[in-house]
Amino acid sequence: MLLTLTTTAEPATDLGFLLHKHPDRVQAFPVSAGTAHVFYPQADPDTCTAALMLDVDPVALVRGRQGNDGFTLGRYVNDRPYVAGSMLAVAIGSVFSSAMKGRCTARPELVDTPIPLTVHLPTLPCPGDGSMIERLFAPLGWTVESTAVPLDPEFPEWGDSRYRDTTLTGVLRLADALTHLYVLIPALDGSKHYWIGPDEVEKLLRVAAGWLPGHPEKELISRRYLAHRRSFVRSALERLAEADDTAVEAIDNAVVDPEQDEQDEQPERREPLAVLRRGSVLAVLRAAGARRVLDLGCGGGALLRDLLGDPSFTEIVGVDVSSTALALAERRLHLDRMSEHKRARLTLRQSALTYVDGSLAGFDAAVLMEVIEHVDEERLPALERSVFGAAQPATVVVTTPNVEHNVRYETLEPGRFRHTDHRFEWTRAQFGEWASGVAERNGYAVRYVPVGPDDPEVGPPTQMAVFSR
Amino acid sequence: MSILRIPDMALVVLVGASGSGKSTFARTHFPSTAVLSSDTFRGMVADDENDQSATQPAFEALHFVAGKRLDAGRVTVIDATNVQQSSRAPLVALARAHDVLPVAIVLDLPEAVCQARNVERPDRDFGPHVIRRQRADLRRSLRGLAREGFRRVHVLRSVEEVEAARIEIEPLLNDKREERGPFDVIGDVHGCRIELEQLLGELGYTITRDGADRAIGAHHPEGRRTVFVGDLVDRGPDTPGVLRLAMGMVAAGDAFCVSGNHEQKLVRSLSGRKVQVTHGLAESLAQLGEQDEEFRKQALEFCDGLIAHYVLDGGSLVVAHAGLPERFHGRASSRVRSFALYGDTTGETDEYGLPIRYPWANEYRGRATVVYGHTPVPEAEWINNTICLDTGAVFGGALTALRYPEREIVSVDAQQVWYEPARPLVPDAPSPREPDVLDIADVTGKRIVTAQHHGNVTVTAEQSAAALEVMSRFAVDPRWLVYLPPTMAPTATSTLPGVLEHPQEAFGGFRDAGVQEVVCEEKHMGSRAVVLVCKESGARRFGIDGGGVVVTRTGRPFFGSELTGELLDGVRAAVTAAGLWDELATDWLLLDAELLPWSAKAGGLIREQYAAVGAAAQVGLGAADGVLAAAAARGVDVGELAAGIRTRVDAATAFRAAYRRYCWPTDGLRGVQLAPFQVLAAEGAAFHTRPHSWHIALADRLVEADPVLFKRTATVVVDTTDERSTAAATAWWDELTGAGGEGMVVKPMTNLTRGARGGLVQPGVKVRGREYLRIIYGPDYTAPSNLDRLRARKLGTKRSLALREYALGIEALDRLARDEPLWRVHECVFAVLALESQPVDPRL
Repeated sequence: MLLTLTTTAEPATDLGFLLHKHPDRVQAFPVSAGTAHVFYPQADPDTCTAALMLDVDPVALVRGRQGNDGFTLGRYVNDRPYVAGSMLAVAIGSVFSSAMKGRCTARPELVDTPIPLTVHLPTLPCPGDGSMIERLFAPLGWTVESTAVPLDPEFPEWGDSRYRDTTLTGVLRLADALTHLYVLIPALDGSKHYWIGPDEVEKLLRVAAGWLPGHPEKELISRRYLAHRRSFVRSALERLAEADDTAVEAIDNAVVDPEQDEQDEQPERREPLAVLRRGSVLAVLRAAGARRVLDLGCGGGALLRDLLGDPSFTEIVGVDVSSTALALAERRLHLDRMSEHKRARLTLRQSALTYVDGSLAGFDAAVLMEVIEHVDEERLPALERSVFGAAQPATVVVTTPNVEHNVRYETLEPGRFRHTDHRFEWTRAQFGEWASGVAERNGYAVRYVPVGPDDPEVGPPTQMAVFSR
Repeated sequence: MSILRIPDMALVVLVGASGSGKSTFARTHFPSTAVLSSDTFRGMVADDENDQSATQPAFEALHFVAGKRLDAGRVTVIDATNVQQSSRAPLVALARAHDVLPVAIVLDLPEAVCQARNVERPDRDFGPHVIRRQRADLRRSLRGLAREGFRRVHVLRSVEEVEAARIEIEPLLNDKREERGPFDVIGDVHGCRIELEQLLGELGYTITRDGADRAIGAHHPEGRRTVFVGDLVDRGPDTPGVLRLAMGMVAAGDAFCVSGNHEQKLVRSLSGRKVQVTHGLAESLAQLGEQDEEFRKQALEFCDGLIAHYVLDGGSLVVAHAGLPERFHGRASSRVRSFALYGDTTGETDEYGLPIRYPWANEYRGRATVVYGHTPVPEAEWINNTICLDTGAVFGGALTALRYPEREIVSVDAQQVWYEPARPLVPDAPSPREPDVLDIADVTGKRIVTAQHHGNVTVTAEQSAAALEVMSRFAVDPRWLVYLPPTMAPTATSTLPGVLEHPQEAFGGFRDAGVQEVVCEEKHMGSRAVVLVCKESGARRFGIDGGGVVVTRTGRPFFGSELTGELLDGVRAAVTAAGLWDELATDWLLLDAELLPWSAKAGGLIREQYAAVGAAAQVGLGAADGVLAAAAARGVDVGELAAGIRTRVDAATAFRAAYRRYCWPTDGLRGVQLAPFQVLAAEGAAFHTRPHSWHIALADRLVEADPVLFKRTATVVVDTTDERSTAAATAWWDELTGAGGEGMVVKPMTNLTRGARGGLVQPGVKVRGREYLRIIYGPDYTAPSNLDRLRARKLGTKRSLALREYALGIEALDRLARDEPLWRVHECVFAVLALESQPVDPRL
């Protein structure tokens, strides 16, 4: 909501010419989010400070979106009116547009002169420990000083907020400084671009054409724009989360957003294991001679893609309880332009493994790849009933993490699960006990296959049970 | 005049050459919607009723539509020439596939009549040879129609006969819907006459006897009637005696009897056909051999005339010997009869060589109660609104009756083991009770749930899809999840200065709805919690050996199993100390409560949403205040701007104070409190018709029993027509919210309440405090310019949603109290969750 821009270039009051805003006046400009005010708390020959204050209308903010935005509480109690986020960036672009383009008829010689500048952003949102501010601004010639704002001084145990009181100093052309702020503030802000229109996002990125290509973090910057250009229409799940005073991320987590996938800090650790796992599952299915296969809990459809690639699988049904997952699978597999012949082999449908579903009966094989650990242990008998008791495929392949192997992951804190939604992670003995019970109760034989390097001490990272009847 | 009788639901196939007057006949005797004409369908698919090249697609479409009508049990007339067997065969198959009777009406009119009529029609430009050929086909067909499967064949041979014909739809033999009961349905008797007489005595019948002191009838003084589920005969000591009594009762109108498989076999044997004399048939034959010829003849007639199933009491009760799935109720076909007599088997046999029965009842979702016998069970037990009454009287078990509609079981023990069973009646190792199976079809797609107090509630497919994900991934076991609380609407928006909500509108609203007495209950700012606590274990009632659950508004557990167990221990002890188990005659209790503090569950939300906004507001506005002060100091006129920001700094401080009140640290259960305000249900009872004073009194006793765990809910009773009373309550609310309280909920004292026009009155409306609403509407909502715009809020959707969810919630409790099948309860609970995904302004 607030940005101050200070220069000590002499005479400092030339800042008024550069910004096209008179130092002794208070000016108001209507912008899309509300009203932007420009005034000068200080205007001396040796120091001059311009302040841009964005007055966001919180009620209008909500009302303007009602038509296509659905209702969620986050829209009403939100930080937008108080932070230096994308709305402030849009205001910079609107109020200082001439300055940003480097136009100054009164003092044309000033435009190309780097001047000493100090930018103060008291509430700059930034993910993580704040180092991203340094990573984004330092390569452009800024010195960054920033301290975290605590969430609530009365509850020190809550820790810091994601806002940082930030001061940038440097000697730069004013026009460059403004484009830096214009582009990098929304990149830091991250999650909230749905407050501004998609066309404005394009505009933001276009402005950076001069310096972004040479920026060492250019990929990070572009990605943070794309990652958060989410649909305006939020999910029904969001409303259910709200009914429960829960963040939507806590329940709408059936699949990881593809863009967030890319953001994953260590994708190299997980990727090859997932590939190995799918390979092992496919090998087992081929060995069993399965042709009609269920992928129960198909998620984003990685295994479906592999199954489609092998014509010996004549009928493939991807099942997931999450509509988000099914939509993602549909997108990733490009169902809309898949050849008719291939398309005919695949069906995607929503179902839940804790309910009996008659249409899943009669298949050669069912795969539950990294699925059971997402089901509460108390609900496993229901899953057992619906898969082994009712659907009764000839072969069932189940994979799940081997918790013993977790000690081999250096980045995983001891005692933590590999995924926040995991309800349990089992040792080989625990998995064996469950699997043999299932087999005995339902008339299956079971064998175990390690997936990934079988560590002599702690076993493989993934354990797999193959049931057959 | 001749009357053509057509059985109900029949597929009527008209047979006749072109020009024989089929369409006119159909139009005259049947509603136009019941008549499917091949010409019309040709027109539909090809824009030309006479385009013979479109015949195949036209018939495919016609068969499809006919199938849909037969699914719904509607008489359907096929208007096509149908003169060839090959065109009739698929129609007979269609009727069979829908278990209805195919009927043929043949218009066998003289050729001259047909030819003359066709000449008059310009669109029929085919030569006379066509009609000649059709008539030849027809005449060849006439004799074989019955063999083709037509259960009735009516032939009209002249214009006069056609004109004189009248159609009469007659009910099927199994259709006894007009018989309303009450009934006493009796299980497999198998020749156990003594036990039958005893049971009839227990049920209150007076037995009449002949000169030889043989029971020949039984009459109930209140007019109750018996329904036998079949298998009166074989194995037992006195099959003739049982038959004599049952036949007398049926003849006198005191009983109905459906056929069992044993009657069928007996009939075949007595009619001289070769059957294996096994499974107790020998006993019957020997005993009947001692009877006179006349009795044997009557017995044969009686058994032969038995119908395989009855639909009684307006369709609410179905009796069939081996049970019957819903799609067969009231239908007639050999497979319906076969199912009713013999049931369905999986094709496998058990260790005793007996066929394994297909468990159709587990999948039963029908409206009608189905009562049957056939397979001996140790005890009559309800499975999805069906019950087997064969408790093996002849094997030394008991003879059992079901009193309907009371649903009481009455039984008498067998005198002795009359016949050794092939398989032990009570298995050595008790088979674990079949877990209640929920089917995905019970919840997905568009659903319409009938809530007794509100009518039909529709859930869209999108809503079910969202709910399915939450229900299956996060909620507790559905056997525990017997209720979800409804959302609650706020009071109408106040026009008083400075506030959005005020008690005045709440009292006025109830007064306008005709409610005089309301109770104001303090609203604790916490999280809504539903507590199901069992005295010992839920094994008996819920099929889960556990102590209960404490769940959120979406059915998720509040705590891990250890803390939940600890919390339930506390609740259980308090319920015991308060003496509620005995008082409510129950071993479990369902409580509606608020769990405090809010931060216990919503901690993440408070930190990420509320605290974050508070921090940003205070720092951001503080900095703005600073630079504005500096600008003012150097003489820039920022007066209005600066004043506005200072107001907002105060609002930000107030906002932080507002959420902080509902946060306090908890450690395990230390600091966690429950504020119960309603006792929802206990064994066999739901309490939504008990006044709130009763509920609060019980809650207070729990508080008394454990004032640390339980928190009291303060209340004020208000007469909405008395100004002093409403003023006093308003003052109470002012005090409550002035001290930072969330506000109050105003409810009709009588609890479940209907308004003047018969609809449900809101079960409660909330009136939230001015400061509390800052957390909802944002720090600056009290600024007059903001408040004016916020007053334009619309409450209609929220109020309607609140009523629908409320009706579904109490429907779930009513079904639970009636011990209805799990899927029936779950359907309502699931629907509440699904409706919660409807977009509504969350600030309401």
